[in-house]
Amino acid sequence: MKPPRTQQFLGRDSYRMRRVMDAARILPLFGLILLLLPLMRHSPEFEAPPTATESVYLFAVWAALILAAFLFSLWLRRALDQPERRADPSDPIADTDGKED
Amino acid sequence: MSFNLLVLTCLGYVVLLFVVASAAERAAEAGRAGWLRSPLVYTLSLSVYCTAWTFYGAVGYAARSGLEFMTIYLGPTLVFVGWWVILRKLVRIGRENRVTSIADMISARYGKSNLLGVIVTILCIMAGTPYIALQLQSIAQSFTVFVTDPAGSSLATDTTLIAFWVAAGLAFFTIAFGTRSLDANEQHPGVVTAIAVEAVVKLLALLAVGVFVVWFVATGPADILTRIDAQALPEWEIQPGRWTGLILLSAIAIICLPRMFQVTVVENTDDQHLATASWAFPLYLFLISLFVLPIAVIGMELMPAGSNPDMFVLTLPLHLGQDGLALFSFLGGFSAATSMVIVASLALATMVSNHIVVPLWLRARSARQQDTGDMRLLVLSVRRLSITLVLGLGYIYYVITGGSAALAAIGLIAFVGVAQCLPALIGALYWRGASRNGAALGLVAGMLIWLYTLLLPSFGPDVFLSARLMESGPFDIAWLRPYSLFGLTTLDPLLHSLFWSLMVNVMAFCAGSILSFPSPIERVQGALFVDIFNRPGTARSWTRPIAEAEDLLPMAQRIFGLTEAQSFFRAQAKLQGKDGFLPDITPEFVEALELKLAGSVGSATAHAMLAQTVGTSIVSVDDLMAVASETAQIMEYSAQLEAKSEELSRTARKLREANEKLQTLSVQKDAFLSQISHELRTPMTSIRAFSEILMDADGMADEERTHFAQIIHDESIRLTRLLDDLLDLSVLEHGQVQLNITPANLRELIDKAISASNSVQAERNFTLHRSRDREDIEIITDAGRLTQVFINVLSNSRKYCDAAEPQMRINVRRRGEMVEVDFIDNGAGIPRDQEALIFEKFSRLTDSLQAGGAGLGLAICREIMLNLKGDITYVPGQGGAAFRVSFPLRLQARDTSSSASLDSAEAAE
Repeated sequence: MKPPRTQQFLGRDSYRMRRVMDAARILPLFGLILLLLPLMRHSPEFEAPPTATESVYLFAVWAALILAAFLFSLWLRRALDQPERRADPSDPIADTDGKED
Repeated sequence: MSFNLLVLTCLGYVVLLFVVASAAERAAEAGRAGWLRSPLVYTLSLSVYCTAWTFYGAVGYAARSGLEFMTIYLGPTLVFVGWWVILRKLVRIGRENRVTSIADMISARYGKSNLLGVIVTILCIMAGTPYIALQLQSIAQSFTVFVTDPAGSSLATDTTLIAFWVAAGLAFFTIAFGTRSLDANEQHPGVVTAIAVEAVVKLLALLAVGVFVVWFVATGPADILTRIDAQALPEWEIQPGRWTGLILLSAIAIICLPRMFQVTVVENTDDQHLATASWAFPLYLFLISLFVLPIAVIGMELMPAGSNPDMFVLTLPLHLGQDGLALFSFLGGFSAATSMVIVASLALATMVSNHIVVPLWLRARSARQQDTGDMRLLVLSVRRLSITLVLGLGYIYYVITGGSAALAAIGLIAFVGVAQCLPALIGALYWRGASRNGAALGLVAGMLIWLYTLLLPSFGPDVFLSARLMESGPFDIAWLRPYSLFGLTTLDPLLHSLFWSLMVNVMAFCAGSILSFPSPIERVQGALFVDIFNRPGTARSWTRPIAEAEDLLPMAQRIFGLTEAQSFFRAQAKLQGKDGFLPDITPEFVEALELKLAGSVGSATAHAMLAQTVGTSIVSVDDLMAVASETAQIMEYSAQLEAKSEELSRTARKLREANEKLQTLSVQKDAFLSQISHELRTPMTSIRAFSEILMDADGMADEERTHFAQIIHDESIRLTRLLDDLLDLSVLEHGQVQLNITPANLRELIDKAISASNSVQAERNFTLHRSRDREDIEIITDAGRLTQVFINVLSNSRKYCDAAEPQMRINVRRRGEMVEVDFIDNGAGIPRDQEALIFEKFSRLTDSLQAGGAGLGLAICREIMLNLKGDITYVPGQGGAAFRVSFPLRLQARDTSSSASLDSAEAAE
């Protein structure tokens, strides 16, 4: 018989929330890199720049960024509602929001 | 299309905006601003980013350089999608510190330094003025393109005239809705709502032209894509440097542009709105950009060679005979230009008035040792003047440059200018070590480089910089040429300037911060800004205050106005668990007052004004330790304890006050008992004595007998009156009184009270100041009881006012459903330690002989007012004794006795 599954983390929800915050911080960087890809795809030896294809690509990346931001905002909204910086006993190494200097 | 029709359309549209804005203002005033403050309106208002430069210029840009136009919208998209990193913190800090502009933000962070405020203001005006000129140009140009009838064409081609009327109209609109009142946090629901409407119009207009082009001119998306490739020019090649640089630049601009700061930070009311805008605003930009390239491509294909691609949005529908669509698109362009000008001039005017004019005026005033008078009107007039000034500058700039082609590039040049604020701003948010000197150095250095390498040369050779200087550098030093500083010749001028200005800016900022030593306030503010999410409460920069609340109240009254200031002081006092208008001067209170002032006049000015009154701010080592402590974790836990102990101390303060009051009352009660026995005894004694005389003496003359009987009669009346008063009070206190509620006119009641009270010390001649018009209010209440209160207050004043030439001011005002009547005399007033007691029973401040009453008058007044659902309070600091009687406009009759007892139970709480 398998042992019953045990909960490893008490604060699963708040742990997930902080990872979404991380993702929200990385998103713009990720977006920037995707937006810079057209620079590396094409060499000027071609006769005309492939503007049509690139525009489809760029608008697709743009739409994906909007969608990702929308999904993140659903999570982050809840983080805004809670009083921030509340001590979380289940996760002693709580991430801090502001950068420490 | 005829010129008149076009002008009429514009006017009709503007009238619509006026209606929308004033409806929004009225809704906000009535507290029904719910939907006005929705995330949707917030997101739409952000669209002031899309100016006429977007609406017309993007298509032209796309026709010339292909996909590069997208960079201007991709940068902001990245910033908003990554709102959790920068914008959230910026908005939170802005709201908690009641920041009024980007200049205010930077000045507040760096020790509330006005120097920085001035630098940022000047920078923003230099960058903003040409931008405003660009909008005026685009409106004027669109008129010219549109009008085809010969009759109107002479008017329509007079672009300076059109630009003038547009500028004047926009100034009027901005003044009407942007400077209505000195708002506590500089928010303008009317303007924001109008901007949101304009956002919808310009988006729909551009989408309509786009849909027309894609599905009616071309046969669909696939067709458009083939046409794009067919039209692609070699110049459309994406240039790596410009692509990356422009994405970066527009990302910086969306944070630093004064108008964007205004709508993003200053007008924000809720973090949740930002969460919505994080995806909704990029979506807006996405939709705005979607059809730009198709319109450009079809325009290049169909329009005659040599036509201006900047006007394709307008000329293409016209060319294809779609006049209605063209008119709609004209309105879209008009919206884009006007919304930008309104918000930009509002933001710039706030900066000019808060950081330049008001501080100068205050300094001039304090140098001459004058009282500062009522400042509200001054600040508002200055702001109105500044709006006119900013728009005037834009107009003059447009006339001087004559709508040259140089203007078209000004959008990006302005971006580089405002980008100079970025290092100081980011430093403000994330670097505790950033200092005022560093920020000032960085800003000035970056601004100078921007001027030299971009703005001045952009006018062309021999306008500001000589052709020779531009060609070979000053003193023939090639390394100092404006367009290739230090031999950097491969970058294009825009990137070249962006690179050098930001580089030098950041270097000067870091060096200045590292080498200088910040003042205490700077360190406190720095900790406050950087650790905004790690801190339970706000940090204090005020300790050991020396001023009295009485000194601060008049100052606050000058800025907020009488009622606003008084209710703020009262609320603060209540927060401390005190009654009345004067809170204890705790550091927290001074902090709250400063924050409120900052919302009206900017943080630097607010701090200076308080420093003038309170004395220099002293930040103790303890306070510094508290805020500079790196152990945020410990703070977190101690915060809860702190909150608890604060509550305890508040309760203790309440208890202490109650105890003091009880002790005084007990002493008074004893005194009263002997007083009342004395009062009862005196008439009793004389009654007994005279009645004995009457009994004993038989041979008494009739007149003598009458005289004695008269005395007995008078004395018994005095007794009865005393007992009546006591009875009255007891009835009132138990809420058993029968109110006789009737309609009445307040003026008549006051008239009656004045003539009735004239008999008290009739020999004293009181000068009355009253406004009979304002008193003309119809009320429903117990007129007899209310008049009794008025008479009592007026008689008291006649009795106790010790001025040589006694005066009485009666002010009446309506506040919502309440009416307030102030009675203010010019006597010595009531000493502070007695204020809490005057409404108590049996209290009498002066000697009993002088007063000739039992000290029940004000106690009865208070009970009456409570029964009338109103109140009577003493207002300190008005230059004499001042009583405020407030009561509801319409008193509801009580229907059952049970509710009456409930009411009195509530009142007792």
